[in-house]
Amino acid sequence: MIILSLILTLALVAAVAVGETGLTGPQYVQALRDPGSGAGEILWAIRAPRAVAAALVGAALGLAGAVLQGLLRNPLADPAVLGVSAISALGAALVIAAGLAGVAWAIEAAALVGALGAGAVLVLLAARFEAPETLILFGVSLSALGGAATALIFNLSPSPIAAGEVLSWLLGSVANRDFGDAAAFLAPAALGAGLCAWSARGLRMLTLGQETAALSGLPMARLRAAAVAGAALLTGAAVSMAGVIGFVGLAAPHLTRGLVRDDPAATLAPSALAGAILLVLADLAARVIPTEQELKLGVVTALFGAPLFALVAWRAGRSWRA
Amino acid sequence: MSAALELTGVRVEMEGRPILDEVTLAIHRGEVVGLVGANGSGKTTFLRAALGLAALAGGEARLGGSLVGRLSPARRAALVGYLPQERRIGWSLPAWRIAALGAPNAPPAQARAIALTALGKVGMEAHAERGVLAMSGGERARVLLARLLATGAPFLVADEPDAGLDPDAQRLIMELLRGAAEEGRAVLVTLHDLTLAAACDRLAVLNAGSLAALGPPAEALSPAILRSAFGLEGCLLPTPAGLVLAAARVMDGRRDRL
Repeated sequence: MIILSLILTLALVAAVAVGETGLTGPQYVQALRDPGSGAGEILWAIRAPRAVAAALVGAALGLAGAVLQGLLRNPLADPAVLGVSAISALGAALVIAAGLAGVAWAIEAAALVGALGAGAVLVLLAARFEAPETLILFGVSLSALGGAATALIFNLSPSPIAAGEVLSWLLGSVANRDFGDAAAFLAPAALGAGLCAWSARGLRMLTLGQETAALSGLPMARLRAAAVAGAALLTGAAVSMAGVIGFVGLAAPHLTRGLVRDDPAATLAPSALAGAILLVLADLAARVIPTEQELKLGVVTALFGAPLFALVAWRAGRSWRA
Repeated sequence: MSAALELTGVRVEMEGRPILDEVTLAIHRGEVVGLVGANGSGKTTFLRAALGLAALAGGEARLGGSLVGRLSPARRAALVGYLPQERRIGWSLPAWRIAALGAPNAPPAQARAIALTALGKVGMEAHAERGVLAMSGGERARVLLARLLATGAPFLVADEPDAGLDPDAQRLIMELLRGAAEEGRAVLVTLHDLTLAAACDRLAVLNAGSLAALGPPAEALSPAILRSAFGLEGCLLPTPAGLVLAAARVMDGRRDRL
C-alpha cells in the first residue's frame, strides 16, 4: 500500500511536471513560487486538475472492478460487464444528441443517472437471482442494450457534428477538467466507495460459494446489494467525469491481487490505487505522445493495457485452474 | 436441553410432488447421525429443510428449539454450521483465511487464532499460509472442514464430505467429525459409502422421500432395508475393522432409478 501510494505520488508529480509544452528550470521555479504566472497556470490550472481527475477516475474504476470480480467470483468481471458503463454512456449520448451538451452539468448528470438506473435494475436482479452467472448474463444484455441504443443515436443523428461529439465523448478523456468537476465526482464516488468497503467481508465469504455464504451468518443479501450499488455509483461517477474508459477496472485488480494473496476483500484499496496509477500514466502518455490530435484516454488504456494485461493473465492463468 | 435439530412431520413439495414426506427425527449433541439413501431419495432436500433453505409444505423444523424459518441469518449461523459437498473455492486464499471464514464476526486477530486452532485439529496447521487452490483435494477438504469446525456451532451438517477422497482421507474426515461429536456437538452427515456410514452412532435411511429406517447402523441397514432402499442383496458383517458392507446388486427392479 505504501509503495503503491508512493508510485501514485510520483506519477502525479510527473503528470504535473511533464507535458507538451516544455518548461525550463527557471520556469518550474517560477510556477512553484507564483501559481498565477504563465508557467504556474500550465502546471496548476491545466495539468494538475487533469492529473487529479485521472487519478480519481482510475481509482473509482479500479475499486469497482475489484468489487465486481469478488462479487461475481469471476476474474473477467469489470464495470463494463454489468452494463453500467454502457447505460451510463447512453445517458450522456442522449443529452449530446438532444443538443443539450452546452447546458452545464447536463452530460455529467445524465451519465450518472444512467449508471444509477442500471445499478438499480442490477440490485433488484441480484436480490432475485443469487447465481453470479445469472447476474453476468443480465449485465451482458444491459450492456448490449446500451450499446445498441447508442449506436441507434449515431444511426439517426442528423448532424455528423453531434455524432462526432458522442464518439469523442465515448472514447474517454480527462482533458480540460477542473477542480469543480473533481468535486462533483466526489459525492457519488465517496458513497460508492463506502458501500464497497462495507461489502468487503461479504466478498471474502463468497469465496466459498453462494450456499455457504448464505448460511455464514453475514447479512449476504444486503452485502451483495451494497457491492452492486457501490460499483454502479463508482462507475457512474467515473463515466460522468471522463466518458467510457475500458480496461482499468479489469486490470487493476489483477495487478494487485498477488500482493494480497488473492484476498478479494484486501484487494479493494490496492486495486483503487493501481487504477489511479494506470490512468494517470495513461493520460500522461496521451498528452506527450506526439500526434496531430491528442490521443483519447480510453484508446490509450486499451492500446497499452491490453498487452500488459495479457502478460498478467499468462502468469496468473495457473491459479485459476483447479 | 433442546435437540440440536428436530424435524416433526416435515413435508417438502416440488411442483406439487412430495420430495420429503412426514419426516420426523431429532438429533442431539454428542452423536453422529448418518443420512443415507439412494440418489434422488431426498437427502439434499432433507438438509435444505434442516438448514431452513427449503420451504416446508407441512410439519416444522427446529434448530436448538427455535423454528428455523424465524431465525435471523446470524442466529441461525450460531446454531448450525454447514459444509457443502462442493469444494470449489473462488480464489486461492491462504488456508488460514479460509478457516477464519468460520468466524466472520470475530476481530481479525481472534479470527486468525480460531482458524489456526481449527487447522490444528485437522492436522493442517503447517499449511496455514499455503494457497488452497494449490492443495490436493484431500488437503482442501480438510481446510474446508476446519472452516466448519471454526464456526463453533453446536450442530454441524456435512454433505457428502467423503466424496472424491481416497479411503484414508475419508476415514480421517469421519474421525474428525466423530471428534466434534465427542466435544459435545451434534453432527449430521450424508454419505453414500455404507461401510463408512456404519461408523455413525445412528443412521437415518431415506427411501423415496420417506424415512425408511432410523437407528444404530446394524439395525438401520438390515438386509430388508438394503434391498428396499438401495436395491442391494447383502448385509453388514462384523469385522475387526468394524461393520463392513457385503452386498451385490439386485438385478431386477431399481435400475430405472439411476
